[in-house]
Amino acid sequence: MSVRYLAKKLTTLVVTLYVTVSFNFLLFHVLPGSPIQLLARSGHYDPAARAQLVKLFGLNHSLFTQYFIYLKNMLHGDLGFSYVFRKPVTTVLGGAIGNTLLLVGTATLVTILVGVWLGVMAASRAHSLTDASITVTSLGLWSMPDFFTGMILIFICGVWTHILPISGLVTPGLVTGPWGHFVDVARHLVLPALTLTFVNAAEFSLISRNTLVDVMVEDYMLTARAKGLRRRTIVWRHALRNAMLPIVTATALYVGMILGGAIQVETVFSWPGMGLLIYNSVVQRDYPVLEGCFLLFAIAVIATNFISDLLYQVLDPRVRRT
Amino acid sequence: MSNLDDTAGELRDPEFDDVASRPHRGIWKSLWHDPMGRSGLIMLGFVLVVIMIGPLIFPFDAQSFGTSAASILQAPSRAHWMGTTELGQDVFRQFLVGGRISLYVGLSATLIAIVLGAGLGLISGYYAGWRDTVLMRITDFFLVLPTLPLIIVLAALFGQSILVTSLVIGLTSWPQTARIIRSQVLSLRERPLVQRVRSLGAGDLRIMRKHILPNVAPLIFANLALVLSGAVLAQAALAFLGLGDPVQVSWGTTLHNAFNSGAMSQGAWWYVMTPGVGIVVMVLAFSLVGHSLDRVLNPLLRGEQ
Repeated sequence: MSVRYLAKKLTTLVVTLYVTVSFNFLLFHVLPGSPIQLLARSGHYDPAARAQLVKLFGLNHSLFTQYFIYLKNMLHGDLGFSYVFRKPVTTVLGGAIGNTLLLVGTATLVTILVGVWLGVMAASRAHSLTDASITVTSLGLWSMPDFFTGMILIFICGVWTHILPISGLVTPGLVTGPWGHFVDVARHLVLPALTLTFVNAAEFSLISRNTLVDVMVEDYMLTARAKGLRRRTIVWRHALRNAMLPIVTATALYVGMILGGAIQVETVFSWPGMGLLIYNSVVQRDYPVLEGCFLLFAIAVIATNFISDLLYQVLDPRVRRT
Repeated sequence: MSNLDDTAGELRDPEFDDVASRPHRGIWKSLWHDPMGRSGLIMLGFVLVVIMIGPLIFPFDAQSFGTSAASILQAPSRAHWMGTTELGQDVFRQFLVGGRISLYVGLSATLIAIVLGAGLGLISGYYAGWRDTVLMRITDFFLVLPTLPLIIVLAALFGQSILVTSLVIGLTSWPQTARIIRSQVLSLRERPLVQRVRSLGAGDLRIMRKHILPNVAPLIFANLALVLSGAVLAQAALAFLGLGDPVQVSWGTTLHNAFNSGAMSQGAWWYVMTPGVGIVVMVLAFSLVGHSLDRVLNPLLRGEQ
């Protein structure tokens, strides 16, 4: 990987982050109907309280100055103060981010494994009955809203039978050792992670299948077949390796989707992560928290895309050499 | 004007105008011959008939509530085909009306997204140069922003009427369309016919309208079905999270009510499954048609089969 390429990508990263932060400012602080403006304009305050609020949020300054104060706070890691929790937004986010990482991380890992495996199964028997049924099943699963899939799983595993816990991160009031705690969290994790996996593995298998089908018609695949290699070796060793690049790109794009799914799934299963935080802050109109969550989600997606760009360079020897 | 038309007609490049001159009936025909496309069209027809004609036969009265404890959360029966809600309302009748709202929001959001996406893609691809650079930077920025969180934020800030919902979904769903259309236009503008027409003095607008747009139209059409399925899903998620129009009850709103009223722990599966299956069938119909159109219009994939 050349230094120049890295420098170019880093510049793009910084610019994108800057634009994202500014876009956030525009949404939450400038546009009519933005919460800060509404707060100070509400008719229920006496003049002294209003003046206090205006000063607290810096509304007495010009927009330009407000923007710079906002940027400065951002750089100091100050995302504002939650209306509901009465704590700094960073503290509120800090309590939720780990749980979301656990859920999204588990779901992503399983999604990639299952999705790629299904894609390989479909592509290696392209245009067969297996292929058609995998594709149609994937489309069907893809058409299900994440929250609806979650609700069905709640009926199956929590209402009709009582196999798995359907709400929260731990069983309330359960006192056990560390191992017992681990098992408890793992049991709570199963259904939300499974829900996210269902929908996204479907999407993933479609992407892997289509990429693989494109690779399978390349000349070197014919060579491999002519050498008398087994079909399984051809698909897993030769085709998949070449199909890896688009799959890596797809993973990066899919992070945005899985975060959107996490909001729905965490709401359905009361999983105390950032998705549930977004839901609650929408319901309770806790705009600083909503703003912080959105910013963090955007940064996560931008960072993932950056990493996938670099990974692309490492994985593809043709790009590396130039 | 008419002179130019005639000349352009004579200069028709057979390879170039392949897609445009193919009558649109041809696309419908190949769609119908593709198993995926056919099942999509049949499902779509079914959904449309149910939600357009259904409410006329089984009208829903939003003001009629159950009057006794026995009338709430009833299991499906002859009186209430799909049971009742926690307010004693008929789930099936609410389902028929709700489908209209889901489809209405999906369609208007898609219209906005397609006009924006296709328009920007067309300008970007046709003019290239600095306009292209600027527009594509903007597109890439919106492509990278997580869509559903953005839609949720916008809906939370700007309100919950179906108009706002359509606008919000439409204004966030265009980047992919812009990318796809741009890359097609980029290759079209280099084709001999466009160069010849331009040398005859045809203006940019005229070339775009008469020669580029008809050639990307099928692509826009295929993309439309996929954007539609995404828009219906986004609307459902918004409504489920309590950001739907509280007056105009869509399928997502019904699911929101079912979830928040605790109907699930009462085992009221009919309350959840009826609107949920509605969403799945509608989205599946659109995505089947979209994927099938993609296949039908992509000669490379077709040759392979």
